[in-house]
Amino acid sequence: MSKKTLIPIGPYHPLQEEPELFKLWCDGEIVRDIKWETGYNHRGIEKLSESKTYDQVFFLVERICGICSTSHPFAFANAVEEIAGIEVTDRAKYIRTIIGELERIHSHLLWVGLAGHFLGYNTVFMWAWKYREPLLDLFEMITGNRNSYAMFKVGGVRRDIEAEKIPVIRKEMAAVRKKIDLLTGAVMDDPVIHARTKGVGILTRQDVLDYAAVGPTARASGVAIDIRKDDPYAAYPLVNWKVITAEAGDVFAKAEVRLLEMYESAYIIEQCLDGLEKTSEEDITVKVKEIPEGAGTGRAEAPRGEVFHFVVSDGSNSPARHKIRAPSYVNIATFKKSCIGQTIADATISLAAVDPCYCCTERMAAAWDIRSGQKVLNANELIELSLKRTAEIRKTGAGHE
Amino acid sequence: MDTEAIVNKLIVRFGSDTLGIDLLKGRRAIVSVRPTALTGIAGHLYRDEGYRFVIASALHTRKGFEIYYHFSLDPEGLVLSLHVVLDSEKPHIESLSNMFSASNWIEREMHELFGIDFLNHPNQEKLLSEGNWADDVYPYRKEFK
Repeated sequence: MSKKTLIPIGPYHPLQEEPELFKLWCDGEIVRDIKWETGYNHRGIEKLSESKTYDQVFFLVERICGICSTSHPFAFANAVEEIAGIEVTDRAKYIRTIIGELERIHSHLLWVGLAGHFLGYNTVFMWAWKYREPLLDLFEMITGNRNSYAMFKVGGVRRDIEAEKIPVIRKEMAAVRKKIDLLTGAVMDDPVIHARTKGVGILTRQDVLDYAAVGPTARASGVAIDIRKDDPYAAYPLVNWKVITAEAGDVFAKAEVRLLEMYESAYIIEQCLDGLEKTSEEDITVKVKEIPEGAGTGRAEAPRGEVFHFVVSDGSNSPARHKIRAPSYVNIATFKKSCIGQTIADATISLAAVDPCYCCTERMAAAWDIRSGQKVLNANELIELSLKRTAEIRKTGAGHE
Repeated sequence: MDTEAIVNKLIVRFGSDTLGIDLLKGRRAIVSVRPTALTGIAGHLYRDEGYRFVIASALHTRKGFEIYYHFSLDPEGLVLSLHVVLDSEKPHIESLSNMFSASNWIEREMHELFGIDFLNHPNQEKLLSEGNWADDVYPYRKEFK
């Protein structure tokens, strides 16, 4: 038996900048075994949730993921509303769906950029992230925040989308379609990308069923599961759209599914905007008295797949038990199938192909000058700066030319 | 098929191994089962009926250790949870990970946080705190007065 060399990726990922540690045992260039070590940044959110009130838990679960920060509040709202038997208004459903789908577009753009970065194709990286910026501006216009939007609460949403913002969103949807066209063309027709991603990191249909993978990871292997269709929530049953699947199960198929899903998201958002125009403003929340004893299951289709929240209520004002399953928990585990037998260079893109979300992004509260050690901006100054910019975006509309 | 019919089919098939049903709102159901019958019922759901294992949630209550094994029947939009109650002295149950890999990590996690033993698990080592946490100290256990 030949000697195997251990190659670590982590404890901080050099490209994704998140805490994880993959240990690759390699024989020359070929990966023979792989192991994942997690817990570098264990935050105990499930435990913390038991000490917060239902209203506070929204802000907590929003911080599980920094990229798809609305998918956890979405699933949690579904779970709690199921326990209490609350039906939210149509307008709130449309607003929830718009936020969810805008997030899917920006998250998929982020992934396409990162995938390009992994392959050394930095033009795609720069483009995709540039095109993602106007979407974050839209979030800032609608919610006041670029990430962690704080839009959800039990019984509805916290902010309305007023009539004057609708044309701005429509204009951006038309613009983003053109940009997706461009990216799709650049990815689908590029011989180098074909060479690097086709037949790489294949997950078969049986692998997906065995590991119970979800989201684009499952759909790229021909398993057409999508919670938005299978267990409809919010405004998804009220609009037309289709589930995108591919058959090959390789990295290219996963990219294809994500690129095509962005068109569907734009289409869903436009239909929801039509819906907003038909419902009356300010009708965004219903009165909630208390959460009775019981158990509720909330599911939402995040950009990475099914988010699952199981909440047990004992009739008090905070959850007795709150189990959270993020999609990456099942998707990352598939690396045993997708990476073993590949070269190291292919293993890195195969690991990234499930769009893993290891942990959460960090937020900065103060900026320091490295050389002088002086504080350049303190927290309050940063908040002031950000409020000024939000006011500007609200006045002039989103979008970079 | 409606939720009640799906659950009744299961009750008819497994009879005395099931201890009770709780039909929740919407497409949700909880079926309490005997811990010894879990692998048989879960195997039937996965192999014969096409259910997908989603996750398991463990709780420490006055009754002992409870585990909900959540399964999803995607074409029907149904979430069926198998509920077991384990003894609080030496909690143990047969592992599902020899049937499907999806439960491998969560069983390791429950073992680590609650101290529940999963018999015949292929690799029951710590998932979150490998090498950094004392043995036999289980952070999610509660103390009841």
